[in-house]
This record gives sequence, structure tokens and C-alpha cells, in this order.
Amino acid sequence: MTRPRLVTGARLQFDEVRDEHVLLVPEGVVRLNPTAAAVLELCDGERSLDEIVGALSERYDGADLRDDVQGLVDDMTQRGLVVDAAA
Amino acid sequence: MQQPRPLTLIAELSYQCPLHCPYCSNPLDIGAEKYRRELETGDWTRTFREARALGVLQLALTGGEPMLRRDLVELCAGARDAGLYSSLITAGVHFTRERAEALKSAGLDHVQISIQSPDPEENDRIAGNRSFEKKIAAARFAKELDFPLTINCVLHRQNLDRIEEILDLALDLGAQRLELANTQYYGWAVANQDALMPSWEQLQRAEEAVQRFRERVGPEVDVLWVLPDFYEDLPKPCMGGWGRAAMVVAPNGDVLPCQAASTIPGLEFANVREHPLEWIWSESDAFTRFRGTDWMQEPCRTCPLGRQEEDFGGCRCQALRLTGDAAATDPVCRFSPHHDRVVSARESAQTDEFLYRAIKRPARV
Repeated sequence: MTRPRLVTGARLQFDEVRDEHVLLVPEGVVRLNPTAAAVLELCDGERSLDEIVGALSERYDGADLRDDVQGLVDDMTQRGLVVDAAA
Repeated sequence: MQQPRPLTLIAELSYQCPLHCPYCSNPLDIGAEKYRRELETGDWTRTFREARALGVLQLALTGGEPMLRRDLVELCAGARDAGLYSSLITAGVHFTRERAEALKSAGLDHVQISIQSPDPEENDRIAGNRSFEKKIAAARFAKELDFPLTINCVLHRQNLDRIEEILDLALDLGAQRLELANTQYYGWAVANQDALMPSWEQLQRAEEAVQRFRERVGPEVDVLWVLPDFYEDLPKPCMGGWGRAAMVVAPNGDVLPCQAASTIPGLEFANVREHPLEWIWSESDAFTRFRGTDWMQEPCRTCPLGRQEEDFGGCRCQALRLTGDAAATDPVCRFSPHHDRVVSARESAQTDEFLYRAIKRPARV
């Protein structure tokens, strides 16, 4: 995975009714914790995985989030929700 | 019990349809006077906003054929404004490039196109309408415009043996999802049960083909395959539980807990022209009648598997049809005293002739 992006038709949204981030996909709703939402917002098909980790690290006081980001992107890829824009 | 929040609104925009599929889930009385007065544009967009406020995130624009609504572009814009993720569930015959572009600009999120069979002639025979080529063209327009595409194929005895062709066609068309929906026996399918009920061997072969396809293609195509109810021995949580996850709005504004609920005698359906959606969801007769578990009879009440909150007693319409009592345990369940009726239906007489869905001719069931 070099430049992850959300699968065609997936939309990030904040659900005010349930007070949580969601990923909306064809006939499905994936509930997201705030960190997952922050990662997916950066999966724009332009940034590399390194750049995503770097951007998040800045936002969260230098914390090393590489394993978390990698884990989430792998999981979302397995589920067909994230694809590689470079592929 | 805490009040559940709905996630899905199924908007049946119109019961008009150019196709005549013999398993249509619409009610048999689609030609009835009460369905003639379809909701206005403003009724629908207000309903969308009320649905979002209730918690709905997914909107299915369906019918009949939703593309027969001339205000479909406005409805898609209204759905996007409300914050709903919209899916167009269409037969595809009116999905021209021009209209597809207008829907895309208005904010439609996802397109689902039905295929009756991967064989053009068989498709047209099942649909009762020459439509195959237009469906293929529609799928290509959807892809050109970068819509996520779902192909839907309702499966039954007369097309199940083409499962591999169906899978390959979906892959060729670039579908992201393939819904292999084994026929459920509601609406028009009841009248055609003898022509539709598959054999166990057909289902097993199809399931194996799906498994091979999944291994070969991976997550690129999400294949939805569910064994039909009549070959199960534990019921499914119909609609995710009664009044628990979804609401259906009929073309005239009646709000139902499922597409087939109008078959249940004595249920009263509130209308969005007269009541706020919030009240209909929380208070109306139709939504509270079988919500939760208090209404359950034996054997559900003391379910040996403790599945009350898992399958919610199964399907009320199926219970009614097979036992005469909508509050009975779904006879798909092996603990139901009527389970033998499901088993014997598997061997119903076989015919290839369909009673086609039609608005004018009343069906005899």
C-alpha cells in the first residue's frame, strides 16, 4: 500500500445524532473512533503512508502512530474500504 | 428497553415499473386506489430531513422504478442536503447518460442495477420486458461517472445454474458489490413459488461457486450471498428486527416496518402527510406492535437457544402466511410447531411459467 484512498463512493461524515464519526459506503455504515476518522481523512490518494503517519504525529504531540495507522489501513483494505491509489 | 434508532429509510417512490418480475416484493394490490396519490417532492425531502434527525444514514431510492419520478434529481439533492447516503435501486432501463449525469451532480451516492439473468434472452423473459442491453449500458454509464456500482440479481430455480456467468458479468462490469439475493417469498413471489423454489443441490453448487469467486477475486468485489430462508432451520432477524433498524415509506406516504407489512391484517400504517416521522417510529401501531420481545409467544418466549434478541422471532409476514398468526414463531425455526410447512415447501411442484407482476390485472393467490 503506497498511497491509500477511500474506495469509490465512500464518504466520511460526522453523525450528530449519535455523536460519532462514520464512514458511509454503499448500503453500509462503519462506526469510527476519532483516531480512525483522523487517519481516513488523510487517506486521499495523494499522501503516502509515511506522510499520513507524519501528519498525525504532528497533530498528536509527536506520538508514534505508525503501527496504529498501518493496522487500520490494513484492516480497511481487507474489508475493501480502502484501496491503493498507486495501483 | 431503550428506543432503537433507525439506520435505513427505504423510499418506495413509485410502484410504476417497466418490468414485470414474478418475484417483485411490492404488494399484490399495487394498482389500488390508495397508491395512486404519490407523495409530492416536498413531502419526500421533508421526510428525508426528519429521517436524518431520527438517526437514519442510509437512504434507498426504490420502487417500482424510482427513475419514473420526474423529480428524482431534486430528491437526490434533498437527500444530500439532509446528510443521507443515497442509493438508487433501479432496473436500469431509464438510466441514460444524460440523466445519470444530472443525478451525479445532484449528489446521488451509489447506483444499484438489477439483472434478471446474465443471459440476454432469459433476462428479458424473467423481466417480462426487453431490457438486458439497456441494463448493461446503464452499468457502463454508472462506471464512467465514477458511481460505486452494485449489481443485484434475484436468484431462483430458473437462473441459479448460471451463477458463474452472473459472477463474471459483475466482475466485467466493474461492480464493487454483487447482491445475490435468493428469492424471499413475499409479494408476487408467493404466487410464483412453484416456478421459483430452487433445489438444495442448486443452492449448494451456487454457494461453492461464490466461495471460489471470493478466493479468486478478493475484496475488489463484495459478494453478498445468503442462503434462502426455506433451507434454514433458524430464522433471520427480518429487517434487523421489527421497528429496530429500518423504515419503509410507500409511494403514498404510508410508513411500514417492512415492504410486506401491508399483508398483516389489522395493522394501521401512519402516513408522513399526517404525522411526524419521529412519532410514527416511536408511537405508531405498526411500529410498536412487534417491537422488542414482549409480544412473543412460545416457543420464542422461552427460546432454548436464547435467540430472542438475535433473530427477534424471524419474519412476521412469513409467520402469518404459514401459520395464520403474525405473532407466531417464524416457521423457519426448527422449534416452531409449523416447521414441517417450510420443509414441505422445498419440494413444491415445479413449473417454468410465471404469473407476471402487473398493475392492472389482479392476481389470484
